[in-house]
Amino acid sequence: MWALFRRDVVLAFRRRGDVVQPLVFFVLVVTLVPLAVGADVALLKSIGPGIIWVGALLASLLAQESLFRSDFEDGSLEQLLLSPYPLPLLVLAKIAAHWMVTSVPLIVVAPLLAVLLRLPSEGMSALVLTLVLGTPVLSLIGAIGVALTVGLQKGGVMLSLLILPLYVPVLIVATLAVDAALAGLPVSAQLYFLGALLVGALTLAPIAGAAALRISVG
Amino acid sequence: MNIVVRYFHTLGSPPYFYRLAQRLIPWLAAACAALIAGGLYLGLVEAPPDYQQGESYRIIFVHVPSAWMSLFIYVVMAGAGLVALVWRVKIAEAMAVASAPIGATFTFLALVTGSLWGKPMWGAWWVWDARLTSELVLLFLYLGVIALYGAIEDRRTAARAVAVLALVGVVNIPIIHYSVEWWNTLHQGPTVTKFDAPSIHISMLIPLLLMAAGFMFYYAVALLLRVRCALIDREQGSKWVGEIAGEKA
Repeated sequence: MWALFRRDVVLAFRRRGDVVQPLVFFVLVVTLVPLAVGADVALLKSIGPGIIWVGALLASLLAQESLFRSDFEDGSLEQLLLSPYPLPLLVLAKIAAHWMVTSVPLIVVAPLLAVLLRLPSEGMSALVLTLVLGTPVLSLIGAIGVALTVGLQKGGVMLSLLILPLYVPVLIVATLAVDAALAGLPVSAQLYFLGALLVGALTLAPIAGAAALRISVG
Repeated sequence: MNIVVRYFHTLGSPPYFYRLAQRLIPWLAAACAALIAGGLYLGLVEAPPDYQQGESYRIIFVHVPSAWMSLFIYVVMAGAGLVALVWRVKIAEAMAVASAPIGATFTFLALVTGSLWGKPMWGAWWVWDARLTSELVLLFLYLGVIALYGAIEDRRTAARAVAVLALVGVVNIPIIHYSVEWWNTLHQGPTVTKFDAPSIHISMLIPLLLMAAGFMFYYAVALLLRVRCALIDREQGSKWVGEIAGEKA
């Protein structure tokens, strides 16, 4: 499991383009919004957390596609299915590695973008915390969709149709938390809820993802 | 073998199910027509106009049963999916797949009738209310299921993939519903009227329940018809399909 995790991280860093693309996409999406709605500071402040979260969500969706793609194409995914290790754990290792290389950079860049959008500093810690708790949930849920569509030629659009509705709770709770933090209210309830979603997804998503992989590859 | 288990196995056999469905469909269709006709008569003619909403409240006789059905069908679809994944019953696979378009139709109907009612009542076609939003998300879940089934070449693989997706969705529906409700209640006040089941008058409740039962029978008929088609399609090469084709010819 650990070996698989390390292999995936190393592979990702050998091909840095794949890692950087979602990040650049995220920055671009967030930059486009002020251009579209105008640079009114009050407006940007009020919609800032939402923009950052929608951007992070789309970037994570975009990155998801590469989760099993190369392994499927060169056949190592089939080897994983045949290996004696429990498949859900292997899936979890792959998701963890993928989250490390695609979502952690997003979390690092997010405060910077928040400054660009004039997000007050009270909201900053809540924003980062929600991203830390929320992006793994996105990766885990997304992995199920990726596993279902990995054998298809045009998986991309299909993938967004499958998993974006399932992203709704994370998006809602996370932006509520940041809004509450900006209003000076306690955010622990929302963070606990996100934590609960994370624990639930950690438990169930690898199993569902493994079942989906067996169906679409095996 | 236990008699219940044996019946379950018999029911799971495509030729048996095909003939059973053939015998059931006329009865179910008659029950559906009678219930809907009765419900419509009582609802549109007999029931008194609402003291606040006048005549336009009558759309609930279509709207509320559709909304109920939209959820019910999703749960049936996920249940059939579970049976299909665990026991690999072909009928259950066909049922899960056949439920999706019917469920999507009811969801769409609930959304359309709701917005038709919302325009005169709330003054807007669409309000970002918790129930509306979660119904919309439900529609997207259905569309995802249909799209996934269409995208996978092999029918049985597609049906199993649909089963996994339906199960993931059914775990998520309560979470989506409550998170959307939370989002709504924190963002805007209770601007929306709602129907409390006990506070509705009996002369309106009876047609409502009749319509709901009629819709249920409609679902059963549509489901059986679709499953029959799917079975014939999948088992084209088998002997029993050949026999049926011979009978008809």
